[in-house]
Amino acid sequence: MVNLDHLTFTYDGNREVLSDISFHLKAGETVGLIGANGAGKSTLLKILTGLLTDYKGQVKLDGMDVNKKNLAAVREKTGYVFQDSESQLFLSTVYEDVAFGPRNYGYSEEEVQKKVMSALQQVHIEELKDRPIYRMSGGQKKLAAIATILSMEPEVILFDEPSVGLDPKNRRNLINIINRIGGLKIIASHDLDMIFDTCDKTILIEKGKLIFYGETAKILTDQRLLEESGLELPLSMQIRDGNRKINT
Amino acid sequence: MSKLQQAIDNLHEADREAAKRSGKSRIHPVSRLCVCMAYIGIVVSFHKYDVTGLLGMSLFIIITGILEDLSFIRGFQRIKYILVFVVLLGAVNPFLDKGIVMQTGSIAVTGGMLSMITLLIKGILTVYCAYHMFMCTGIEQLCRALRCLKVPKGGVTVVLLIYRYIIVLLKEIQRMSLAYRLRAPGQKGIHIKAWGSFAGLLLLRSMERAQNVYDSMLLRGYDGEFRYEILGQEKTGKGLSIAYTAGWIGIFILLRCFPVVQMVGDMIISPGR
Repeated sequence: MVNLDHLTFTYDGNREVLSDISFHLKAGETVGLIGANGAGKSTLLKILTGLLTDYKGQVKLDGMDVNKKNLAAVREKTGYVFQDSESQLFLSTVYEDVAFGPRNYGYSEEEVQKKVMSALQQVHIEELKDRPIYRMSGGQKKLAAIATILSMEPEVILFDEPSVGLDPKNRRNLINIINRIGGLKIIASHDLDMIFDTCDKTILIEKGKLIFYGETAKILTDQRLLEESGLELPLSMQIRDGNRKINT
Repeated sequence: MSKLQQAIDNLHEADREAAKRSGKSRIHPVSRLCVCMAYIGIVVSFHKYDVTGLLGMSLFIIITGILEDLSFIRGFQRIKYILVFVVLLGAVNPFLDKGIVMQTGSIAVTGGMLSMITLLIKGILTVYCAYHMFMCTGIEQLCRALRCLKVPKGGVTVVLLIYRYIIVLLKEIQRMSLAYRLRAPGQKGIHIKAWGSFAGLLLLRSMERAQNVYDSMLLRGYDGEFRYEILGQEKTGKGLSIAYTAGWIGIFILLRCFPVVQMVGDMIISPGR
């Protein structure tokens, strides 16, 4: 479904952000993308959506090259949930915002209505459909942002730090929703507990280089590898192992 | 609530109201835009001393306001700053044109006074007309109308993004000024020394957020085209839209070419003549 072959990306032609990244992701998988701040996670997601196209190497989505020529087709297959929901939601009400994508793809208004209601049902916010976005809480905005992507029924959904700013209840709700959604999901996050609860496989990036790609349970229990990459064991692991400590 | 927050809420509220109205409207946005442009063009074309003729043009604003349930007071509150600008422009006229054009009793009315009044009326009518048009169509439908009129995609996208950028900019100003106030207790406003860095940072931050909004639009299939239609507008509203456009433009031309208000006034004052 998603193939990366020797991907290298530099900003301004000299600052290398991603270096020789290769992996293959299958449809239906949920893959975590972890790494310290500035490791290149968001850049990688932007390349997969076609927001950044000046890369070296090969990026393929469903057999199709991700480049300027195929942008429309690539974007029809991918959905990107921004870290900052406020930037993602720009219309007056939830309904209008969720309908934005399907309307742009030329669906009739009856079909748009069906897609919007189905997306809102998947994230359990049907009752908020007429709510002005600026009067919603952070958790509700996050769910609405996910609904804007689900209404387009993408084959690949990319989440950028989805649990940031959510309280424990909303975070748990989000994890349940992510686990129910179909298709290939790639989740870039520092919330390793959430990665543990949602992802089958995990990719670890450090300073733009791929350090590990494999079973989530394997990487998230490898304290040494995580710490070398500027991360820590998930909190649930620390408690389970009885070695919870305060890092200074 | 701070003034800035109030401004942001007002913008959101206006946006929501407009979206709600345009969702129900059976009149095509192109018709509304054409009528609005014709109205503004005709209002501006009135002679600088023709006060009575201009008063007749207020008919459109009054009827639209009543039919679309638009509050004139709320409208005034939303556009008052633009009107202040119009008043300031008109205030210069009495000093420039001092020639007496009419005498009402013992008061000599100068050309400057009359042209100031007409400028004010023109300003009020055109701003109200644009406001009513926006409140009945919303920015999305307005852009759709511009595309129907073959305005280039780039131009339409710029209009759409400027509108979205205003809200993003206001929110960034609010965040940054709050952060400043919290670290500068007892200080009134932002110190002049901080203005440069404040403005620079504001520009960078708001541009970054605006870029995110644009990216979000692109990722959801936006390409400068507005493919969607409002239910009922295309099927049954075509005739209504044509009638709306032709009817209003006809009335505007009538009001422009004949002194209708003066004729009605004459009939009321001296009906037997």
